Amino acid sequence: MIEVGLGHYLTLASIIFVIGVIGVFLNRKNIIIILMSIELILLAVNINLVSFSIYLQNLTGQIFTMFILTVAAAESAVGLAIIVVYFKNKGSINVEHINSLKG
Amino acid sequence: MLAHSILFYFFSFIAVFSATMVTISKNTVYSVFFLILVFVSISILFIMIGAEFLGMIMLIVYVGAVAVLFLFVVMMLNINEQVLKKSNRKGFINNISVGSVVGLIIFLELLVVIGGWKYKDSFIPLSSIKIDIQTTNTHELGRVLYTDYIHLFQISGMILLVAMIGAITLTFTKRDNIKKQSYFKQILRDRESSISMVEVENEKGVKLDD
Repeated sequence: MIEVGLGHYLTLASIIFVIGVIGVFLNRKNIIIILMSIELILLAVNINLVSFSIYLQNLTGQIFTMFILTVAAAESAVGLAIIVVYFKNKGSINVEHINSLKG
Repeated sequence: MLAHSILFYFFSFIAVFSATMVTISKNTVYSVFFLILVFVSISILFIMIGAEFLGMIMLIVYVGAVAVLFLFVVMMLNINEQVLKKSNRKGFINNISVGSVVGLIIFLELLVVIGGWKYKDSFIPLSSIKIDIQTTNTHELGRVLYTDYIHLFQISGMILLVAMIGAITLTFTKRDNIKKQSYFKQILRDRESSISMVEVENEKGVKLDD
């Protein structure tokens, strides 16, 4: 218990992942918090990759963490741009009101 | 060894607490700040287990760029005036139940996977990582990244370029009431279209178009 091993890091990653998933479901107020929850999910994946990479003494996990970082930054930039345009058109980013597609 | 365990529990507790606060906080600005706290504590954990380059990159990219981007958007949009209406209360509780059921199922599945993991015989406890001064983590990463993964590296650069162009084109608005310099009009001007000889009458002057 006191000796911190791989399992501890994986448990931490899974807790953060689940918090992110629940955050996507839970949030009805604004869509920016949903984007933040997606960032949390990607962060949990990063923790998994880095801890396995250290545990197995193999650098590939850290390389792929950098690529995930790149994709997360690109995704949040485009997502926030879409949110800004949507707010300009509709005047609200409440998730309940985003039903133009009748989905 | 003991210090590593204490620091691990400390920072992971902070990370889990602030991740929860990100999702349940009423004020969006506060959730951005808690997101920054999550990233800082996780990057400290990365530095502790010997992935120091990634820890620093996480600080620079997430805290320095992504979180500031979130803050800018939150402050620009002024969303704090929107309040949760009474009629949404029922849907809110419904969402909580569905979300927690799905989250609990995913968490139990992940725990089964982690608990059933067969560890390698030569088990390395993550707290016993020694940082080698001669070949640092950054050095090793660079040696692999620029040789074996060079194509993926360049493709990730292209992804960033496409994201930048996409964000600019999405938010770009053309305004009509602004005077701008048009290079084509400037170059296409010639003598006939721009100069005219005017016979000036005495004591009346010339009326020019603007």
